[in-house]
Amino acid sequence: MAGPMKMRATLGSGYTDVRVLMTHPMATEQQTKGNPHFIQNLTVKVNGKTVIEGEISQAVSRNPVFTFRLAGGAKGDKIEVSWLDNKGDTNKTETAVA
Amino acid sequence: MKRFLWIPAAALAACTTTGHAPGTGERPKLSERDLEQVTAQIKRDFKPRGQATMERVNLDEVQRACNVHNDNPPANVAKPLEDAQLKAVKFPAGSLIGDWKKGERIAQSGRGAMWSDKPGVQEGGSCYNCHQLNPKVEAYGTIGPSLAGFGKIRGNRPEIQRYVYGKIYNAKAYNLCSHMPRLSATLNEEQIKDLVALLLDPASPVNQ
Amino acid sequence: MMRRLAGRALAASALAAFAAAALAQQKSPFADYQRMAAENAPIELYELAGEEAWKKRQGPKNVSLEQCDLGQGAGVLKGAYAGLPRYFADAGRVMDLETRLLHCMMSLQGRTREEATQRVFGNADKPSEMEVLSAFVAGQSHGMPLRPGSGHAKEKASYEMGEKLFFHRAGPWDFSCASCHGEEGKRIRMSGLPVLTKAEYTRPLMATWPAYRVSTSAFVTLQWRMNDCYRQMRMPEPLFGSDTTVDLINYMTMNAQGVVYRGPAIKR
Repeated sequence: MAGPMKMRATLGSGYTDVRVLMTHPMATEQQTKGNPHFIQNLTVKVNGKTVIEGEISQAVSRNPVFTFRLAGGAKGDKIEVSWLDNKGDTNKTETAVA
Repeated sequence: MKRFLWIPAAALAACTTTGHAPGTGERPKLSERDLEQVTAQIKRDFKPRGQATMERVNLDEVQRACNVHNDNPPANVAKPLEDAQLKAVKFPAGSLIGDWKKGERIAQSGRGAMWSDKPGVQEGGSCYNCHQLNPKVEAYGTIGPSLAGFGKIRGNRPEIQRYVYGKIYNAKAYNLCSHMPRLSATLNEEQIKDLVALLLDPASPVNQ
Repeated sequence: MMRRLAGRALAASALAAFAAAALAQQKSPFADYQRMAAENAPIELYELAGEEAWKKRQGPKNVSLEQCDLGQGAGVLKGAYAGLPRYFADAGRVMDLETRLLHCMMSLQGRTREEATQRVFGNADKPSEMEVLSAFVAGQSHGMPLRPGSGHAKEKASYEMGEKLFFHRAGPWDFSCASCHGEEGKRIRMSGLPVLTKAEYTRPLMATWPAYRVSTSAFVTLQWRMNDCYRQMRMPEPLFGSDTTVDLINYMTMNAQGVVYRGPAIKR
């Protein structure tokens, strides 16, 4: 059962700043002595359309924060961020641009 | 809907028996009765764990004297207790200087005597918690005075060795209400000698 | 004679200035680090988890904590943390946040003390229920001045007891709280030691607990801090939510009263 995820998307002039907090142990091979558990894929969708497909590795530490800037955007746009880890666990969160 | 109610600090101060406003840094005058009251509450509110038994909460005469005199007992109270503490120090025969390399490890270790510690494993003196020792080591505390250059300044003749050994064994024998713990409770003879070496051996990093 | 004294005074003030500058230099990289860490702190995640725990039906009575009275009325969260510790008539004693949460777990949800306190302190992998609840409730007082108490006589008695406990030297290493937290300008290794008897130092502290600790990636609370201090003081273990823990927390909160709460915060 994945831990909570929280996102904030704020409109600037001609861009949208997004910050998403994810709960995840991001445990490395070395830390777990051969049983790593980390997010591998991150997907960002705006109004249902995929805009970012990211891959991250076990180099990222526990409870990652992902901040990024999207060109354009308008109030009310639906941003969805989802992740998939190496064990097949997933989680996602959705927010409207404020 | 409950209204948020608070009492101004001044009004509260007028009512406390300690008679001072909170947060002014004052120290209460404790009586023997206060110590009994506190000890009784501690006995009710604490439980033994690991090597930390409930026997530890009983005050000895040193703690009682320091608690009722706000760590500043008059000479007629302090002197007899200091003398009694000094009499109980077990000085080893022969040289009191051990191995400074081991001493540095003991000084760096903050383990020992806690309920989370296994007795006899990696016990230390927590020396760097309070003191500067090796001047090259930057992570040191300032609760106690700096000991950098100790042996260089004071030499290492038998009298000094005896003083350092005794002080580490039982700091209260020299200054009844010292902040420094009585390390004989946690360290053995060999470990204390190693700490003496750390301070007095001319080859020790403390004296470079 | 006069010239020699003046020379010494000059040297002393130069040394003080140098020390101050060195300290300022030392502070600025810490300040930058603290700012960066605070910008991306996972505090919100703990508050979210706490909200879930607050609303979760549990115990034999199968109810949530939503009707818990934290001092401002049943279910009132805004400002509740800022009014703690305080006396609660239904319990007949002064309680801090965690003690009160335990009370509600037992009285509202019908849970036993043993079950509810089985794992009060968590770790980086899994925070405890008490920790996330503390984050959630404390966050509801963010921006409000700390005004503990309700004017009840037991609160004054608790403060006085907390003060006596603070200066009480005991245990094989003869430590009291004051051994480390009683003198200005001291530090233990590289950790500055706030003087907890003085408002000036206690305010910034009580304004920031409970907190997320970067060095351990764990969320820590005041009950945990009392427990961990006594461990390091070489004493036996204080019982969770005992009068001793509440008295000390009350003592510190009263010494800090008036400060605007800006937690839950982030620590080294």
